Amino acid sequence: MSHQAEFKVWRGDSDGGDLKDYTVEVNDGEVLLDVIHRLQATQAPDLGVRWNCKAGKCGSCSAEVNGKPSLMCMTRMNTFDPNETVSVTPLRAFPVIRDLVTDVSFNYEKARQIPAFSPPEGVGPGEYRMQQVDVERSQEFRKCIECFLCQDVCHVVRDHDDNKQAFAGPRFLIRAAELDMHPLDSRTDRAVFARDEQGIGLCNITKCCTEVCPEHIKITDNAIIPMKERVVDKKYDPLVWLGSKIGIRHD
Amino acid sequence: MSTLEKHSYDVIVIGAGGAGLRAAIEAREQGLSVAILCKSLFGKAHTVMAEGGIAASMGNVNSKDCWQVHFADSLRGGKFLNNPRMVELHAKEAADRVWELETYGALFDRTKDGKISQRNFGGHEYPRLAHVGDRTGLELIRTFQQKIVSLQQDDFAEFGDHEARLKVFAEMTVTELVKDGDAIAGAFGYYRETGAFVLFEAPAVILATGGIGKSFKVTSNSWEYTGDGHALALRAGANLINMEFVQFHPTGMIWPPSVKGILVTESVRGDGGILTNSEGKRFMFDYVPDVFIDQYAKTEAEGDRWYEDQENNKRPPELLPRDEVARAINSEVKAGRGSPHGGVFLDVSTRLSPEVIKRKLPSMYTQFLELADVDITATPFEVGPTCHYVMGGVEVDADTEETCVPGLFACGEVSGGMHGANRLGGNSLSDLLVFGMRAGTGAAEYVRGLGDKRPAASEADLEAAGKAALAPFHADAQARTGTTAAPENPYTVHTDLQQVMSDLVGIIRRESELTEALDKLQVLRVRADDAAVEGHRQFNPGWHLALDLRNMLDVSECLAKSALERHESRGGHTREDYPTMDPNWRGVNLVCRLIPGTDTMELIHRPVPTIRPDLLALFDRHELEKYLTAPELAVLDSPQSPSSVEGEQA
Ligand SMILES: Cc1cc2nc3c(=O)[nH]c(=O)nc-3n(C[C@H](O)[C@H](O)[C@H](O)COP(=O)(O)OP(=O)(O)OC[C@H]3O[C@@H](n4cnc5c(N)ncnc54)[C@H](O)[C@@H]3O)c2cc1C
Ligand code: SF4
Ligand code: SF4
Ligand code: FES
Repeated sequence: MSHQAEFKVWRGDSDGGDLKDYTVEVNDGEVLLDVIHRLQATQAPDLGVRWNCKAGKCGSCSAEVNGKPSLMCMTRMNTFDPNETVSVTPLRAFPVIRDLVTDVSFNYEKARQIPAFSPPEGVGPGEYRMQQVDVERSQEFRKCIECFLCQDVCHVVRDHDDNKQAFAGPRFLIRAAELDMHPLDSRTDRAVFARDEQGIGLCNITKCCTEVCPEHIKITDNAIIPMKERVVDKKYDPLVWLGSKIGIRHD
Repeated sequence: MSTLEKHSYDVIVIGAGGAGLRAAIEAREQGLSVAILCKSLFGKAHTVMAEGGIAASMGNVNSKDCWQVHFADSLRGGKFLNNPRMVELHAKEAADRVWELETYGALFDRTKDGKISQRNFGGHEYPRLAHVGDRTGLELIRTFQQKIVSLQQDDFAEFGDHEARLKVFAEMTVTELVKDGDAIAGAFGYYRETGAFVLFEAPAVILATGGIGKSFKVTSNSWEYTGDGHALALRAGANLINMEFVQFHPTGMIWPPSVKGILVTESVRGDGGILTNSEGKRFMFDYVPDVFIDQYAKTEAEGDRWYEDQENNKRPPELLPRDEVARAINSEVKAGRGSPHGGVFLDVSTRLSPEVIKRKLPSMYTQFLELADVDITATPFEVGPTCHYVMGGVEVDADTEETCVPGLFACGEVSGGMHGANRLGGNSLSDLLVFGMRAGTGAAEYVRGLGDKRPAASEADLEAAGKAALAPFHADAQARTGTTAAPENPYTVHTDLQQVMSDLVGIIRRESELTEALDKLQVLRVRADDAAVEGHRQFNPGWHLALDLRNMLDVSECLAKSALERHESRGGHTREDYPTMDPNWRGVNLVCRLIPGTDTMELIHRPVPTIRPDLLALFDRHELEKYLTAPELAVLDSPQSPSSVEGEQA
């Protein structure tokens, strides 16, 4: 089964652009990225778009679909009404390069500011011992495919470019949490770093990031809130930190 | 090209997958300045999609495992055509390379005693694959990305510049390697974002560009897999070996059409999934070939018991190497016993509980639920073969990964020899680690050996590279043919190429079809030259594809030529007209290269490097009889068998 559907796709570059109307064939079982590819192959060969895996694993094909930050390869066409006009626009929080391709270098800069994993003293390669329950908490955050949808949706930076300096964004708050909860990371200042350098205080727990995360990472509940609590607790209670390392639950 | 942007480094690494990143880390740790170039954003290379795990004989789950067993499994899997020295280094070094990842911050799944957990996979005798659920590749890429950040932080502390000695140029496509005389002098490419050209001057270039799957219609590979590194090497004068061996993974998604080809990890079978046909029969029991008869269960009951007790039972035939399973599925479908959409059924719901499936195979669970509306915890699902991996690649020295072109190195999927005629699952990620590191060392030693001598690219070569890259903007079929023919569309030429390769050079091959394929490829070449692109140079996918087409065509021609030449069936090369494995072909590598000074390809026969007696001794004489020729066996049996040449590599 196939039908013709209407799309509005943003075309343009850093000098500006606008929504262009296209009518494209849609077949049963397809995802939005299939339609964008068909558009490219038949009507707009120079349409700029990023993608790699087409299976929700690489985080390349991020765009805003009817205004919602989404992975185009995981957006099933049968979730729209066949008569609906679907709009596809680039991520709003980042500068446009061309069409659906944006400049996401902000994220790579933020990644570079976080102190790297600090291996435990005196534990050689092959000697690392960790229990599954203890690694699982960090593993949840390491599922992140760096689609930057959470970075895009977060209101702290979405409409406030000037906050980008001070705020690392949810993706990198979970990186700090991941290292904080890593059973063998030898640094003890991850939470303080999140407060002083990553601007965790600017987050007011709206949970929008958690809602758009295609990996279903509980960004707010499992990373940001515990990190916020730890910033407060840590000065007084070293046991909290110890708990975070050896897996004692506080809830 | 006086305005050309230029950068100088000691080492250029082309590719930011596991192999390229490991190589870059090594060269940088040895004090060299390194640039990493890649077509996608940093962190999105194909490796990120790997699912099942990294093979390394750490012996964490079964302490009997050791490098010798891993060696034997890999050689058997490759049908004894592998470069034995590479297989040896790989088996010996993989465990250290995995452990090293933990010191970079990787978090693998754990055993009860806190070690890295290991899972079963096809062709591996013991549970051997280190993994993180079914997203191992993501863990690998992220770990390396973070290690690179950490090295950059060190450089910032020392030089005040993160990128002083290690810089990533993402979304940058290399279109040509440049040379100074015989030796490599650098790489020429364009920024995808702006279309501007760049020259990277370096005495050493490491190719780590991955595979070629985009020349086929049904594939698990992404747009990046256009065989660029294979083609770059060929044009620079290096050799490609074993190009006829292409791995069709037995289990890709087949329905709906939009997801056709997307991989279903082998872990589904490793963790207990069974394959059935439309009659509900576990057909794999009918397809155990002679060479494997002693290693696999003969009854379903024994196969089932193996999951609980591996000491006293043999593994089920669902875990045969991939070439065997892919061919079996192909035969079942041909015999009319396929599933509704032309595959067979895979089922894990009978052996594992929904909770366990969701924990061990989370991305498979969501992939099917979200893309195909199928709940794999409750029902069987349809799967069929998909083009997955190329065993063939750039011929390298086993120890240093250097090619026959001085200064040119290759590692990862783009290199050839390690996997012989068929790669075992999990052996690619370990290959990236072992040979990525070795390539980094090889390049570092080469650069140190040059002293102050630096090769330089010639102005004429740069002009030519720039002109070739812009050709698609000037393609004019009408002027060329003197007709009013409509200009070719690169997307259409690409689709037609995929059709030719899938129909005529696919899983089962025949002489007439391979000859036909070679004719059709010539026609496609002319059409590719006529492919015209619209618009400007800024992020223009049509232009990018037009350039990639040239590489796909070079590689496809090598593949079809080699496939036509090899008159036997072995691993990832099955000839209907030569259906059996022939020991006389076991010792032959087909080498594809350009006749110097021309663009004509030639094929030459080259002996496979000899397997040392101490390594041959790891196999039963009975087993070796299936692979070796009578004279080879006679040498083996002679009391004073001449110790074969150690360390001899092609
Ligand atoms: C879905 C899937 C699952 C897999 N699962 C497993 C598994 O569980 N275990 C296992 O061992 N193997 C697995 N494999 C195979 C394995 O992932 C690949 O063989 C391996 O990752 C290849 O790594 P690489 O470093 O050689 O290249 P890649 O990771 O593919 O990287 C290639 C790099 O080269 C760059 N590049 C290419 N051409 C150019 C150019 N012209 N200019 C600049 N840069 C260029 C690309 O941008 C990219 O950065 C899987 C493969 C797939 C597709
Ligand atoms: S919860 Fe915090 S980080 Fe997440 S979107 Fe809201 S403000 Fe941003
Ligand atoms: S946390 Fe989720 S939404 Fe954010 S970048 Fe990672 S995968 Fe994407
Ligand atoms: S293409 Fe990889 S996430 Fe969509």
